[in-house]
Amino acid sequence: MAVQPEAIFVSRNLTKQYTMGEVTIHALRGVDLELYAGELVVLLGASGSGKSTLLNILGGLDAATGGDVRYRDLQLTGASDRVLTRFRRDHVGFVFQFYNLIPSLTARENIAVVTDIAPDPMTPEEALALVGLENRMDHFPAQLSGGEQQRVAIARAIAKRPAVLLCDEPTGALDSRTGIKVLEVIRHINETLGTTTAVITHNEVIGQMAHRVIRLSDGRVSEVHENSQRLSPAELHW
Amino acid sequence: MSPLTLKLWRDLRSFRGQVLAIAVVIATGVMIMILGAASLEAVSKAQQRFYDSHQFAQLFSHVSRAPEHLLPRIQAMDGVSQVESLLRTPVRMAVPGYDKPVRGLLLSLPDGQQPRLNRLHLREGSLPDRAQPYGVVLNEPFAEAHGLRSGDTLTAIIEGREQQLVVTGIGLSPEFIYQIGPADILPDYRDYGVLWMNRSTLARALDMQGAFNSLALTLQLGAVEQDVIAALDQLLEPYGTAGAFGRDDQVSHHFLTEEKKQLQVTATVLPAIFLGVSAFLLSVLMGRIVRTQRQQVAVLKAFGYANGSIVWHYAQFTLLVVVLGGLLGTVLGAWFADGLVALYAEYFRFPDLRYQFQPRLAVLAMAIAALAAMAGTGRALWQAVQQQPAEAMRPPAPERFSPGWLERSALARVISQPSRIILRNLTRHRTKAVLSILGIALSVGLLVLGSYQWASVKKLVDIQYRLIHTMDLHLSFTGPVPERALAELRSLPGVQYVEGYRSVPVRLVNGTRQYLTGIQGLEPEPQLRRLIDSQHQPVALPTEGMVMTHYLADYLGLAAGDSLEVQVMDGAQPRLTMTLARVIEEPVGVGVYLERRQLNRLLGEGPAINGAWLMVDGEDSTALFERLWQMPKVAAIGHIREAREKLTAYLDDTMLVFMGVLLLLAAASAFAVVFNNARIAFAERARELATLRVLGLSQREVGWVVMGEILLLTLLAIPVGWLLGVGFALLVAEALSTDMFRLPVIFTPQVFAFAALGVLLAALLSGLLMLRHLRRLDMVGALKTE
Repeated sequence: MAVQPEAIFVSRNLTKQYTMGEVTIHALRGVDLELYAGELVVLLGASGSGKSTLLNILGGLDAATGGDVRYRDLQLTGASDRVLTRFRRDHVGFVFQFYNLIPSLTARENIAVVTDIAPDPMTPEEALALVGLENRMDHFPAQLSGGEQQRVAIARAIAKRPAVLLCDEPTGALDSRTGIKVLEVIRHINETLGTTTAVITHNEVIGQMAHRVIRLSDGRVSEVHENSQRLSPAELHW
Repeated sequence: MSPLTLKLWRDLRSFRGQVLAIAVVIATGVMIMILGAASLEAVSKAQQRFYDSHQFAQLFSHVSRAPEHLLPRIQAMDGVSQVESLLRTPVRMAVPGYDKPVRGLLLSLPDGQQPRLNRLHLREGSLPDRAQPYGVVLNEPFAEAHGLRSGDTLTAIIEGREQQLVVTGIGLSPEFIYQIGPADILPDYRDYGVLWMNRSTLARALDMQGAFNSLALTLQLGAVEQDVIAALDQLLEPYGTAGAFGRDDQVSHHFLTEEKKQLQVTATVLPAIFLGVSAFLLSVLMGRIVRTQRQQVAVLKAFGYANGSIVWHYAQFTLLVVVLGGLLGTVLGAWFADGLVALYAEYFRFPDLRYQFQPRLAVLAMAIAALAAMAGTGRALWQAVQQQPAEAMRPPAPERFSPGWLERSALARVISQPSRIILRNLTRHRTKAVLSILGIALSVGLLVLGSYQWASVKKLVDIQYRLIHTMDLHLSFTGPVPERALAELRSLPGVQYVEGYRSVPVRLVNGTRQYLTGIQGLEPEPQLRRLIDSQHQPVALPTEGMVMTHYLADYLGLAAGDSLEVQVMDGAQPRLTMTLARVIEEPVGVGVYLERRQLNRLLGEGPAINGAWLMVDGEDSTALFERLWQMPKVAAIGHIREAREKLTAYLDDTMLVFMGVLLLLAAASAFAVVFNNARIAFAERARELATLRVLGLSQREVGWVVMGEILLLTLLAIPVGWLLGVGFALLVAEALSTDMFRLPVIFTPQVFAFAALGVLLAALLSGLLMLRHLRRLDMVGALKTE
């Protein structure tokens, strides 16, 4: 990694509590973290470690209870719904475990949902080519395999050329062979577009393809590990 | 509490908006059913009690004059149980403090005693005793209208002689529960009254000692009414009988029967519509609940719950909604029933008309509602238990979509992705879309049903008084007078135009169907009392044959060109065979018309009239009235303007109050349907909508997916709903047709516009409520649930 790249996400003492019934859950207990431009970070943690909560706050889907999180010059804590919508629309691409494609739209149209409203998008065709699905453009989700659906979801996420790509267990619903294909796409995007990418997983193996691995446990960052040598997804086994 | 019961309550709570909306529709159905049934029961029971306790006669016969010594022979006739003779005569009266003359019917009482049949129920005072020859008992509504009490006096002209009468009592008779003047279409308690006096006095006044002109009879058990009538008519023929008739042709009983028929319709047709709609709504809601809970159902089955207990679990949900709606409807029904029964008490005079809350009615109404609801939700329940647990536990695969026909059109290139989602959802879920459209269309239909009658009532009054009755005054004479009397009327001050008529009571017979009514003989092209066809165009009377209203022709099973038997019940009482020349449309009454001279010929008389219509210049008619009242042959003078006001007031009182309530409920139901639909559409798309929000679409853009679908469905539903509404209206109008009124089924553009706007407003409101949900949409949560 270069000398000191720009930190595009900075969080300080980030806390998040929510109540479920009569129990208060401390999902985040003071997270300090930076994400640097262009890096691929894997957030590792057991379930309940707070990694999804963290990702949701970074992506502007959830509001923190306390502390501070900024995206470049934009203060995300305490921002209004309008600001957060704008932020998601212009800067963030999301990939979910369950793809969340709109079943009534084709692959191309699912991407057009985003490109229609983004300021400087690539075409849906380009985006699909990037994930290797140029031949499946007019297929509906029901006509695609799980891996293909997830690649469409990735294409949808990156089609607006977002600065950040946030992936929540992108391989969680896939078998390992298909999962590796999806990870290859993510790495390809990170390398060719320079999109800052955060991947949440509980699968330790995936950490080996990251620039950095941030380990969360019990709502705190417990370890940050920089990979001196990264593996390509094809070399991963689980 | 078992976990399933807990789940049930929580489900009810989480669907409370829709549960409440459906409950309102059920409540409407139950309420109308209870209202109709409770009123019907109250009226029927009061009628039965009154008939039994006061010996209401079963046969009636009027003759010109028959000797009293016939009575033993009548009494000895087969099938006759009791017979009583009496005198009755029309009178003109003057009531102190009321400047207009009053028409009346004076009947005899056995001196100082109650009659054996048609006994009076005295509200106050007593029967006139022998020492009070000119004491009279007044029928209660007439006394009330003039504030007359026992001891008050009034004047009557009996057979041309003026006589001072003293009120000894005020009462009610089973013969005059509905007190209406001859040829009137509405009761008029001020201008028409019934009164009773001792027979000896009346016999002297009419010169009828030892004779009678009216009979009342009861029949032995098992006697055949027709046989007794035939025998009686034969016996009385030399005495000028107008033909005996049973209760069915007795005016008060007839009106009461018609009213009960209407109540029956109210208690069945309208609730059927509302309960049908609620069953439909429940089926949609249950279908959705079962679909979204398929994994829960699978888990329950995996743990060994039997199909039966799962079905029962969901059936309980349905039943609880029904019970909620049923209770609400029962409370509302009980509340309104009091008012409705009070309204009946105004028009139908019983000694006691009480509304009693009948728990069994409420139970029955709810049972019917429950049946309808279960029929509606059966499919959803069946689906709940059909699926295999393992299959149900897997998340459903994305549904298959394909571009619909709409998108192969040029439209495809211009529509946005959210709009595309709307279109695809509708074309993909065709059944669901059709059901939604049907649901919303039902509510449009309800709004049409609730609102069309306002225009119809206006139209009815308009047809009756702008197109048919164009006269200002209506005179009826005490009997036929020569045609030349018209010339005398024409010469009166202020009279512009005069037309005479001859009317005569008849029984129309076609096979087994018969109807007691009157024929009016009119000018060939009557100007003051027009005949109109279905296009509201004036119709001239044919030179041969009669014309009658469509309603009566239907009732008698006649079409133009058919012949029928006409039994004239006046004068020489000829029985004639005549042709029905054509059928006309009249919204009020059951009229039969004939060219007047033709009628004169059939009656074997010269050119005579027994009534006239006048057009006068409105300014000062005092002089005219004075002159008219001096004419001894004038029995009554009617103001058409007053008749019109009376009719309007009656319609406002009865029909429009009822329709107002119906419209309110229709509006509530319409909102319930639309809201339900929107709520379900929203819930089913929650995940999709959350995804769009996450992808950066604004609330407004995502709101369009919800709002656009609601609006599109609503727009598609409106024309369908208009059709349904027209169907509902025709059904109800047909069912509510009576001898008295047929509401013209007309649909003004306003009715359709109103229904469309109403449902669009409901859609908009529902959409706004959904947008509120959208603001609270948990994006993170919706993404996690699969």
